[in-house]
Amino acid sequence: METIKIIGAFITLLGSVFLLLGSIGLIRMPDVFTRIQAGTKASTLGTLLSLLGIGIIYLDIAGKIFLLIVFILITNPVSSHMLARAAHHIGVKKANITVVDKLAEFKKREKNDETQKPETT
Amino acid sequence: MVNIILQIAGGIMLVSMVLSLYRFFKAGSLVDRVIAFDVMTIISISLIALITHISGRTIYIDVALIYGLLSFLGVIIIARYLEKSL
Repeated sequence: METIKIIGAFITLLGSVFLLLGSIGLIRMPDVFTRIQAGTKASTLGTLLSLLGIGIIYLDIAGKIFLLIVFILITNPVSSHMLARAAHHIGVKKANITVVDKLAEFKKREKNDETQKPETT
Repeated sequence: MVNIILQIAGGIMLVSMVLSLYRFFKAGSLVDRVIAFDVMTIISISLIALITHISGRTIYIDVALIYGLLSFLGVIIIARYLEKSL
């Protein structure tokens, strides 16, 4: 029983290390979009691992912790996706090393289609 | 043994919270601030789960659940507001 608890504590420690890596990425990344990438992916995994460790230590509340894990796994990518779309919509400055921007190309093509429509009809 | 490891994990979480607080105050744009706030709330969920172990009361898991729900709603509402579609 004691070894299982120690394993759970080490899983929590691993999760906190992932949270630290996410925060370091939040500081060192050059751009809003890369910061969303670092802040969301690393902190989602970190939170999942820490909650899993606590759930292994306290097996009687494992149901609630499983609910919390599923909830975070669903909601966290959704919120970061909404933030990235809003940032692209209000025209946040991208980094100089940005290679591809599919959403801007798509919006440009859509605008061209709209302007060409009255000419054809 | 379990206590010592979990205390170290809590210390690392506090350090990462201070780092994202630095990004919160030294942000380039509004979206940066919202991202830093989001990361801080996610770290807080882990910290509240650790408080469950420290205080020995399992009611704090419910607190973490409601906290995650409210932070998700807050970020969604701010994103919709920035998109001018609220």
